[in-house]
Amino acid sequence: MSVKQISVFIENKPGTMHELTKVLAENHIDMRALSLAETEGFGIVRILVDDVMETSSVLKDAGYIYQLTPVVVVAVPDEPGGLNKVLTVFTAAGINLNYMYAIPGKTTAYIIFRVEDVKLAEKELRQAGIHIADQEEISAL
Amino acid sequence: MERYYQPEIECASREEIIAIQNKKLKEQVKHVWDNVPYYRKKMEEAGVTPDDVQTIDDLKKLPFLSKSDLRDAYPYGLVGVPLKDCVRIQSTSGTTGKRVVAFYTKEDIDLWEDCCARAIVAAGGTNEDVCQVSYGYGLFTGGPGLNGGSHKVGCLTVPTSSGNTERQIMFIRDLNTTILCCTPSYAAYLGETMKEMGLSPEEIPLKAGIFGAEAWSEEMRHDIEKTLGIKAYDIYGLTELSGPGVAFECCAQSGMHINEDHFLAEIIDPNTGEPLPDGTKGELVFTSLDKKAFPLLRYRTRDVCMLTREKCPCGRTHVKMAKPMGRTDDMLIIRGVNVFPSQIETVLLNHGYPANYQILVDRVNNSDTLEVLVEMTPEMFTDDMGEITRRQKQLVDGLKSMLGIKAKVTLVSPKTITRSEGKAVRVIDKRKI
Repeated sequence: MSVKQISVFIENKPGTMHELTKVLAENHIDMRALSLAETEGFGIVRILVDDVMETSSVLKDAGYIYQLTPVVVVAVPDEPGGLNKVLTVFTAAGINLNYMYAIPGKTTAYIIFRVEDVKLAEKELRQAGIHIADQEEISAL
Repeated sequence: MERYYQPEIECASREEIIAIQNKKLKEQVKHVWDNVPYYRKKMEEAGVTPDDVQTIDDLKKLPFLSKSDLRDAYPYGLVGVPLKDCVRIQSTSGTTGKRVVAFYTKEDIDLWEDCCARAIVAAGGTNEDVCQVSYGYGLFTGGPGLNGGSHKVGCLTVPTSSGNTERQIMFIRDLNTTILCCTPSYAAYLGETMKEMGLSPEEIPLKAGIFGAEAWSEEMRHDIEKTLGIKAYDIYGLTELSGPGVAFECCAQSGMHINEDHFLAEIIDPNTGEPLPDGTKGELVFTSLDKKAFPLLRYRTRDVCMLTREKCPCGRTHVKMAKPMGRTDDMLIIRGVNVFPSQIETVLLNHGYPANYQILVDRVNNSDTLEVLVEMTPEMFTDDMGEITRRQKQLVDGLKSMLGIKAKVTLVSPKTITRSEGKAVRVIDKRKI
């Protein structure tokens, strides 16, 4: 059910992000979401893409170090209280968020959650009647 | 059953070895006195004549030779025979200054190749083996030395020389190479490449490797043995004395037997020049007992190590030298502390990082800085930034406890640190003192 996020290691210095986007662009990889976490020396670029297999092989050939990470992606209606509803479920179930980022949209936003127990999070969300996006839905965006 | 290339000398009793050394030393000192004016002058200045050297106990009376002597006497000043009797030169890479050029008579080469043959047999080599020599051929002694040794053993010799990794791997697979000779960093690189190609150790026909010409650690040995599925043996040598094969490892893999019938070893205090007892760490000094074209007496190698005469399970009786822990001139003094690159390598491997690293030393605001660049690996990477940072911190702590000073650790992208097909550039010292 969960969506595969690709986490890529890059050095924290001028041009490294550009090198990565260049590789993706040259191989016609379409990104759906992107987030960058960094420390002084290095960074982790987290992306959702249209084609996970293809992107993996492109990154491998280009010599990148990356990892596929399961994330929970939730479609939230773009209205006040939308995100709050999801977080209420997580809090009630004692689910800890490692990090989150979003894909804004005109009527619907997609929020990407990284949690320890993806299965549990999905079960709780389903029980609360919240729609969870799958890879197909993300690819089709 | 352990096999030897020259059992009568490799397993001779201590008394026999000393008798050979006493006899050869006397002759060699006389040869140098008569034929090398440069060294004769040094002896005269020290008030020593050949008559003063009767046994190896008199060795300490002789003056030292150092790398600077070799430079001063360049190119012919230390040659001990007429040039018509010299048949070859070999030369160092000149990384620390002017190239050293060493000379060989036919017999010098013959004895050198015997030394290399002893190393190959100690690594399990026989005339059934296919021995691929991936050391550079040419001025560098690595290729020619092992090539000659491999011939003597009767191995099918594959003289690939260094570089062209694809071709190296093609020959290993197509010819079923069983013994690989190259630098340890290149062996690691070959292993890494074959692993990337999806080859498991069982699919690689190699059974042994003879690796030398640069410093490597015990952990790097385990890494190479695991990826290639081999036994990895160390070999030691220097162009000034002949080349590889001055000392070599046996099945015990616990130090290298010095070919004592050809090379007389001492450990000295690098500051005072005083000889130190076995088991004490100091600078390794060699006296060449047989070489006629380039007969060096008490040559200071600048390698820091120690000697042991403990009985070896392999049956060889020659003294063993520990893997050099560094060079007196590779030794970095950072904030007043002695640091050897090999110590840093040990810590990296202990923490699961690859042995591919670079050390940057600089001086900022009159204080030395030490930075270690380490390549990220798929095994060490995780989406959890906190975890990576924690491991980085553990590495910093590990370095601190090994070196006694703090080092900054920077994680870099794979394959950004220059791979060497010859000697690795591990240290960049930007300090302007």
